[in-house]
Amino acid sequence: MIRTRSLRYAYPRGPALSFPDVSVAQGATLLLRGHSGTGKSTWLSLAAGLLTPPAGEVVVAGQRLGDLSGPARDRWRSRHLGFLPQQLHLSQALTVAGNLGLVYYAAGLPEDRAAVQGALEALGVGELAQRRPSQLSGGQAQRVALARSVLLRPAVILADEPTASLDDAAAAGAVALLRTAAARSNATLVIATHDRRVQEALPDAAVYLLAAPAAAREAVA
Amino acid sequence: MKTLALSFRYLWSRPLAALLNLLLLTLGLASITFVLLASEQIDRAFERDLAGIDVVVGAKGSPMQLILAGVFHIDVPPGNIPLAEVRKLGQHPQVARLIPLSLGDGFRGFRIVGTSADYVSHYRLQLAQGRAWQEPLEAVIGAHVAQDTGMAAGASFAGSHGLGGGGAGHGRHPYRVTGVLAPCGCVADRLILTSTESVWEVHEQHEEPHDGKDHAEEEKREVTMALIQYRTPLAAVSFPRFVNASTAMQAAAPALEVSRLLRMVGVGSDVLRGFGAVLLFTAALSVFIALWNAVRERRADLAMLRMLGARPAKVAALLLCEAWWLALLASVLGLAAGHALAGLVGVMLEAQRSLPVSGRLWLPEELWIPIAALTVATLAALIPAVSAYRVDVAELLNHR
Repeated sequence: MIRTRSLRYAYPRGPALSFPDVSVAQGATLLLRGHSGTGKSTWLSLAAGLLTPPAGEVVVAGQRLGDLSGPARDRWRSRHLGFLPQQLHLSQALTVAGNLGLVYYAAGLPEDRAAVQGALEALGVGELAQRRPSQLSGGQAQRVALARSVLLRPAVILADEPTASLDDAAAAGAVALLRTAAARSNATLVIATHDRRVQEALPDAAVYLLAAPAAAREAVA
Repeated sequence: MKTLALSFRYLWSRPLAALLNLLLLTLGLASITFVLLASEQIDRAFERDLAGIDVVVGAKGSPMQLILAGVFHIDVPPGNIPLAEVRKLGQHPQVARLIPLSLGDGFRGFRIVGTSADYVSHYRLQLAQGRAWQEPLEAVIGAHVAQDTGMAAGASFAGSHGLGGGGAGHGRHPYRVTGVLAPCGCVADRLILTSTESVWEVHEQHEEPHDGKDHAEEEKREVTMALIQYRTPLAAVSFPRFVNASTAMQAAAPALEVSRLLRMVGVGSDVLRGFGAVLLFTAALSVFIALWNAVRERRADLAMLRMLGARPAKVAALLLCEAWWLALLASVLGLAAGHALAGLVGVMLEAQRSLPVSGRLWLPEELWIPIAALTVATLAALIPAVSAYRVDVAELLNHR
């Protein structure tokens, strides 16, 4: 679950952002929508505990993020949060399996190779474990990155623009895959997107629309 | 532990950069190792061979040549001096001991030194085999000579004029080996010792048939130089001046000449040391640039690690470990290369029957090599590591 209350954030030399309150039940899906500059990335950073809000509170998977110190938040993030970045960010220095192994390394846990293989197989890319990320197709790479994000069965999965640059069929496939992977661990799924197709593919998802900050609105007007 | 393995993987994910940095670091460390080894061993050799010789008297000319030829046996000897003059010096009240040396002949590049039994006792030489020489044309050979020529007590050989081994032979007067010296680690290892009389015999009869005028012969007799030990340290002030002013010979103080020589050679070793430092500095710069690029290239990788929950310190440690891997590998390779180089130079010097330098010696000072490598690597990795520490995770969320 994710709940925010009177959440605000201001960059040192940027506009002040304030976010409408939102509440998502555990296992539900939230679509984070809004044009660029409306604070999607900032909201994701706040929900991931990467930024500390000066006002308001974020509760993710039952944890008030404001209560955690820096290292504790890193630790919390490693255990409870899965993240699927738009650029995937698979390390070229490592094999596919090695990339998934980084999850354990970052979390300070002993590497579980069986779980790595299991996660890859669940997404249909088990035979690619020893390949380099550069040898994968776009779709395969996305599955690998998804496997990485669900490896420790997180309570919350944040996906950033998962359908950008995909054609219609692939986009539908990607959304379905995300949904299945999240359902497998009953994770709350947050998809930040400005892609209408995602909303069409997930008619039952709650939509959280971010508006441009006041300053930006005035500038447009 | 895992950080070490992972950083190793990251290091070799860019093999060319890793190899270049490894090479630069290794070269820097190897040249410093080599200078350490070579200068230490040359210093030691000089110190050992010099022990207790206060002054060397020989024909007028270069005092340096006198020392290099007479004490270290690495330069050609100067001309001879009359035996009678040397005998007179031996009577001088300030002289405690005088060891005559007759040089000029060699066998397969090893010098034949005609001297007295005092030479053996001065260097505290021990026989490993056989006995000392007693009759003319008996000789005792150094350990290295025995090893190189395969001769043992009982063998005989003919010396040749000059040191190269290509001079005219003295085939009619073969020497007989009566003993082999135990290795002393000093100059005597590569010498053939015999009596002064042997050298006279070989030359006098070889040069012209003589008519038995022994007295005239005695007057004409010469030696090459004399090693002298003073009775009192005060003699160092007056004795050389006495020799230089009142005889046709010159006195050279080895301590003085050696420190002059080391000053000259010291410039060379300073240059080499400086060269090593420049190489190390270049290596540091290159490692810095490589790591800096690695951080830039892997910004997203590092940010992803942070996103996956790695603490900033862990991400920075990855970078540091990468540099430490380089330092560790370069230390091992640099020490090995430095020793190999010293060994190679040793073999070359040995072929010239010159100073002993070995690559098999390990000095406590060499502990500084890995320390220097780690310091250089840490300094080079510091800024990249800080930048990895501060990597902005939100960068992952910026769609561009």
